[in-house]
Amino acid sequence: MIRFALAFGLAVVAALPARAAVNIQEVTSPGGITAWLVEEHSLPFIALEIRFKGGASLDPEGERGAVNLMTALIEEGAADLDAQEFAAAREALAASYSFAAYDDSIAVSTQFLTENRDEAVELLRKALIEPRFDEDAIERVRQQVISGIRSDATDPNAVAGQTFDDLAFGDHPYGSDRSGTVESVSALTREDIVEAHQRTLARDRIYVGAVGDITPDELRGLLDDLFAGLPEEGAPMPDEAEFQLTADMTVVPMDTAQSVIMFGHEGIERHDPDFFPAYVVNQIFGGSGFDSRLMEEVREKRGLTYGIGTYLAPMEHAELILGQASTANARASETIDVIRDEWERIAEDGVTAKELEDAKTYLTGAYPLRFDGNGRIADIMVGMQMDDLPIDYIATRNDRIEAVTLEEANRVAERIYRPEDLHFVVVGEPEGLDGETVAN
Amino acid sequence: MLRSLALAAFASLAATLPVRAAEEEVTTFTLENGMEVVVIEDHRAPVVVHMVWYKTGAADEPAGTSGIAHYLEHLMFKGTDDLAPGEFSEIVAAQGGTDNAFTSYDYTAYFQRVAADRLGLMMEMEADRMRDLELDAADIVTERQVVVEERNQRTENDPGALFSEQRSAAQYLNHPYGTPIIGWMHETENLTLQDALDFYETFYAPNNAILIVAGDVDPEEVKALAQEHYGPLEPTENLPERERPQEPPQLAERRMVYEDARIAQPYVIRTYLAPERDAGDQEKAAALTLLAEVLGGSSQTSVLGRELQFEEQTALYTSAFYSGVSLDDTTFGLVIVPAPGVSLEEAEAALDREVAEFLEEGVDPEQLDRIKMQLRASNIYAQDSAQARARRYGQALTSGLTVEDVQAWPEILQNVTEEDIIAAGREVFDRDNAVTGWLRAPEGAEAAAEEVTQ
Repeated sequence: MIRFALAFGLAVVAALPARAAVNIQEVTSPGGITAWLVEEHSLPFIALEIRFKGGASLDPEGERGAVNLMTALIEEGAADLDAQEFAAAREALAASYSFAAYDDSIAVSTQFLTENRDEAVELLRKALIEPRFDEDAIERVRQQVISGIRSDATDPNAVAGQTFDDLAFGDHPYGSDRSGTVESVSALTREDIVEAHQRTLARDRIYVGAVGDITPDELRGLLDDLFAGLPEEGAPMPDEAEFQLTADMTVVPMDTAQSVIMFGHEGIERHDPDFFPAYVVNQIFGGSGFDSRLMEEVREKRGLTYGIGTYLAPMEHAELILGQASTANARASETIDVIRDEWERIAEDGVTAKELEDAKTYLTGAYPLRFDGNGRIADIMVGMQMDDLPIDYIATRNDRIEAVTLEEANRVAERIYRPEDLHFVVVGEPEGLDGETVAN
Repeated sequence: MLRSLALAAFASLAATLPVRAAEEEVTTFTLENGMEVVVIEDHRAPVVVHMVWYKTGAADEPAGTSGIAHYLEHLMFKGTDDLAPGEFSEIVAAQGGTDNAFTSYDYTAYFQRVAADRLGLMMEMEADRMRDLELDAADIVTERQVVVEERNQRTENDPGALFSEQRSAAQYLNHPYGTPIIGWMHETENLTLQDALDFYETFYAPNNAILIVAGDVDPEEVKALAQEHYGPLEPTENLPERERPQEPPQLAERRMVYEDARIAQPYVIRTYLAPERDAGDQEKAAALTLLAEVLGGSSQTSVLGRELQFEEQTALYTSAFYSGVSLDDTTFGLVIVPAPGVSLEEAEAALDREVAEFLEEGVDPEQLDRIKMQLRASNIYAQDSAQARARRYGQALTSGLTVEDVQAWPEILQNVTEEDIIAAGREVFDRDNAVTGWLRAPEGAEAAAEEVTQ
């Protein structure tokens, strides 16, 4: 350390973060759709990110997987084009569209060249507004989804995540796999798919970010071309999810070389006044891209794992603080002991002034590095809108990090790390663990 | 309707889209000690990616020390004469940057992403650990345990990854591409400090390294900084030639069945030994690249997708894959995931039948036009990521290619004809060069798999 300071000292003192220079314009179409735009005319293409809030959690009861299957079918034939004709048309335009269902949204990520913007938007419009949901396409994609569900059932990572969600949220949609089960997906009818489309893709829940070679006027026209044909309203949003998990250990036996360990408890809301201190404290404790306490104690000092981290997961209807690691079965018990000790230590003793300063320097410096491509900026802008953040948030975000005091950080550490509530799910053949065994 | 749309779009774009996009923003030079430098300018954000690529990877390891290239990559974060263990990454983080490294068969690369004005400090530290690594015996034992857990996580816990290792080992009779990059467990867990230091001293030198800087930088400034920080490093005089054991003629087809109770979805995969891109000689690799696209690039419109997923419905998924960036012989692969009720034997037969029919019937010219259109557009989309561009140059330059080869590649792809593709297929689909693998659960394992379902 001391030798380093001599060798490289001057440069280290000069650390000031780069500023993210992102000029966001809010654009509202005549039809009333709002989008955030960053004009970037140096490359002749546009990245357009669209989110429909609600997503897979809008599955009707007993139809788990309907929204997911519907989303997978959007590109499998639309209007006058069957699945293969649609794909050929998209390829001829060199456009890319991807459609994905998440717990709280359906994400549509696209990029297309300036030169054929109108054709690419028209083709996307057909997919969003006039999907065909042909019976043969439904059967084909249904079998692909079922294959994925079966594979997840033997994947220790997927089983760990699903077990935790199930225990935490029970019958709420957050408690089950959004892909559904083999039984529920097998039972879905074309009517269920059509209904899932009407429930989720509606004008009252659209968020748009556009980055690239397009002007505000052009974007206004594009928004109405694209969304005018959607229904005004979709299904009501789901209820809040009640967190049902208490401190304990759940072991799911599986014949694997390594145990996968997932751990956590309730977290903190995105709009809680303590969110920024919590975010900084989590960075110190288990954040990524940084020498966190857990990486130091579990990996660097003891060699127990290749990677370990924790993150705050503020969702629309619940909040979690979650972590994951995997380790040899024989060392699972030791790994869990270290995690538990660290959870107690940060709750009781908080963080040091140096840790806080280091985390602030890292977080404020790393932030501008995120804005390094059209698609990534569009994605960030959509996330900001869904989180209800102000349009000038990017310019103020680092100040909010800098404003976190040591006193605040330690008060919030005690608030958000609750060793008395910490639950572990372990998938594998861990040795020396006392826990409730499920699905043996 | 469809045809007119496709043709209209194609015509309007073909006239204006350049085959090469903005390669004038790439500057290259070589330092006196032999270190090559590539600078890629992208001034949209005040960010830079700094990478050092060593022309050394897992395929350069001495026999019996598999995994040493990758293990050394981990140890490069464990301190030098000027830096304590872990301090390199701490300093990068204290600059708000991120850093990491990766190892492959033909290269080992280290990179940092930081604000553009931190470039000099990154160079100073990277130059330091190129020559002055200092390792503590206790640290390296702990780090070896981390690597063992990495292998557990990536490979032992994933039957598909174990299957892939077995297939590669069968594919290469003599070349080290048959040994896993992370190493066989029995060798990786016994690697020593001396193994790591020997490898480091042999290969880590400026005349075996390529510096790639991408982002908001001026090439002249990069040159001055590179001369200041990397320039003083002494080259290694007796750097070994990169001559790995080559494949003998492969005379017998290899087949394997890998069974694992964790397999819920069986499939068939076959790889054929295939030529790679060579400097000044990339035409055959270009034809193979397009062959993979035509056969299995798109689930909806490729030959295998069309025939097996849509028409016959014997497959849930099909694919063809080929990557020509490799120092020595690479592979061309075919995959079929059978539909429910279709056996692996039937799936393999369907795959073979479709490939044979394709070679007889030839390439659909409209499909080829669409693929070439997408390749042209991909040159524009690729400009959106300075880091991806940096990686493309790094992989190519450590795999025997030159900057000129990288820049000529898009045009070579556009010049591939239907006849070239069929000829490449006839040549590569030789079963004597092939490994065919079936992945499935053992008889009666389905019940066991169901038990863990929640």
